[in-house]
Amino acid sequence: MKFQKELKDSIRKALPELDVVIGWCGSFDPLHATPHFIRREEDIEKLEIGPLSVHNLATYLPGLRGKKVGIVVKGCDSRSVIELLQEKLIARDDITIFGFPCTGVVDQAKIKKALGYVGNVESCDMSDKSVVIVAAGKAHSLELSDVLADKCHSCRYPDAIISDIFVGDKSGEAVPAPADYEALATFENLSLPDRFGFWLKELDRCIRCYACRSACPLCVCRDHCAAESREPHWLSQENNVRDKLMFQVIHAYHLAGRCTECGECQRACPVDIPVLMLKQKMNKEIRDIFKYEAGVDPEETPPLLSFKMEEENITEKDW
Amino acid sequence: MALVKYLKSTDLKSWLAELAQENRVFAPRYEGEAVIFAPFDPEQEIFIKYAATAPPKKTVFPQSERLVDFMYSKDPEDLSRIKIEAQEVLPQGTAVVFGGRPCDVRGFTMFDRVYMAEEATDIYYKARRDNTSFITLACDATENTCFCHWVNSSPSDPTGSDVLAIPVEGGFLLKAVSDRGETLLTSQLLSAGENRVEEGERVCKEVADSLSQAPDLANSPKKLLEVFDNIEFWQDVSAKCLSCGTCTYLCPTCYCFNITDETQGMKGSRIRSWDNCMSALFTMEASGHNPRPTKAHRLKNRVGHKFSYYPDLHDGVISCCGCGRCIKSCPAGVDIREIVLKAIAFEPTVVEG
Repeated sequence: MKFQKELKDSIRKALPELDVVIGWCGSFDPLHATPHFIRREEDIEKLEIGPLSVHNLATYLPGLRGKKVGIVVKGCDSRSVIELLQEKLIARDDITIFGFPCTGVVDQAKIKKALGYVGNVESCDMSDKSVVIVAAGKAHSLELSDVLADKCHSCRYPDAIISDIFVGDKSGEAVPAPADYEALATFENLSLPDRFGFWLKELDRCIRCYACRSACPLCVCRDHCAAESREPHWLSQENNVRDKLMFQVIHAYHLAGRCTECGECQRACPVDIPVLMLKQKMNKEIRDIFKYEAGVDPEETPPLLSFKMEEENITEKDW
Repeated sequence: MALVKYLKSTDLKSWLAELAQENRVFAPRYEGEAVIFAPFDPEQEIFIKYAATAPPKKTVFPQSERLVDFMYSKDPEDLSRIKIEAQEVLPQGTAVVFGGRPCDVRGFTMFDRVYMAEEATDIYYKARRDNTSFITLACDATENTCFCHWVNSSPSDPTGSDVLAIPVEGGFLLKAVSDRGETLLTSQLLSAGENRVEEGERVCKEVADSLSQAPDLANSPKKLLEVFDNIEFWQDVSAKCLSCGTCTYLCPTCYCFNITDETQGMKGSRIRSWDNCMSALFTMEASGHNPRPTKAHRLKNRVGHKFSYYPDLHDGVISCCGCGRCIKSCPAGVDIREIVLKAIAFEPTVVEG
């Protein structure tokens, strides 16, 4: 990435005033990146940004409250930062936001599917258009657009919406119209028993690790999650699929109008359950009813966190 | 020489179907983009191209299991008197697990030392362990996250298994590892395997040779204790941890559980379910005090337990089988190997003066 040096320089400049700067660096193999916590000058060199920078680092911010934190954000990540600011879960003065023009991140599940096996990747070269991965001595060439995360294809904010320091050139393009949730519409056309059957089948393999929750930047109940609460006893500890579904429903409801669809819940799932769809459904409803999009304006209040005597699109009195 | 047989790949399903007549049979299956162990279904493909996303731990140690069913009844003459009837629920039947990897199955030997110890035996665990046979698949390739050879094992280690299946041309060389394993190899579908032993050995050696040199972890128990009170060390290595349960729930050697009563009306069950030491509630005490209040404390425990406290109690055996799932599936890329090596290499700063 051409602006990587510029980013490192700005981090170097800001670091003396900060406790930590969170970015990404290389991980256990060339196909993965990992969150990188920069505390010392010598940590800066390891920073790498690109299509492998999948993690939404905003997830770490509420846990670092009270510290001076620098954070590198993609456009989508910046929306989570905005949402956290709106909800006063982080203080604006405590964070320094480094933005860059994101050109999309990969979906590891798509790469796995395309290659069949990614256990022994030897190298991974990414350009603007293509990905060349050498695994078990064999080179695989993929179109970058085929392995980008779905959210990147319908991305409206490639540049961080909020930032203190922006490196590289902003895309400069006008914000396109919101996506119309095509995949969701296809799913919604199925019959109710089919939809319910789909979730029972998918969630059957859930291991209840709650990575979906822990990776979510807006799951902020921390140690008081309904999943583990014994009183009230929302969920049984029994290994049954309806309790697993119940948790996903609670999660989706808690995120209605707050979720920025960063997709971390689904990315984090070790058994690839498409849980993002539930949140998209809620967001679609929120958009229709409240004309609201989460994580765009720090001064806004999410509709379900506010109260109006008369809602414009809810005609309660006519019921 | 132990009993050896040969099974053609095309006969695998028929063989498992035979075994399924008398046992519950589990085999790996591709579902979503994950590979999970599921009850054998002749209609479904068996997926053995690479190790399963989740190990077969649940076949012996279910994610949640009923221990006792209970029922309250009120005395109609005196409603303040409540009688409780309780009925123990012991696991029944035998099971065969096909397609676990050597690391997965060796993981149960770490359980055995705790749940089948002389001082105390967990009857639920023992019932399943005694009634479950493992036909383990030797690895024909290794992954970047594999490190079984760091923890005194290998991609064809038969420890804990009953039969070791080595992939050879056109099928599998089946080696009985235990007496129980021999009884599994009586099917007419199996042919003599002696002439393929050499090929099997070659496969195992090639795979073992493909692994890079393993570091010496003999010092890990001592070195991890040395950094026990160094909270900065643990804050540093746990910074990116999200405190989810992926590592523990996918781990073939994580054996901690929680016990809860699930009651509906006058009836209920006492169940035990997997617990997760990365969760804040794991050590929460009734007083509200939590001795492991942060993720740094919790990750320290997870690594320390496997590479220090357990080996100190169990003849130096490291309670990690090196399967690498905690690395591969961690949503934040926490690498337990890196942490252990960092602890081993750690030298406290000497303050001069």
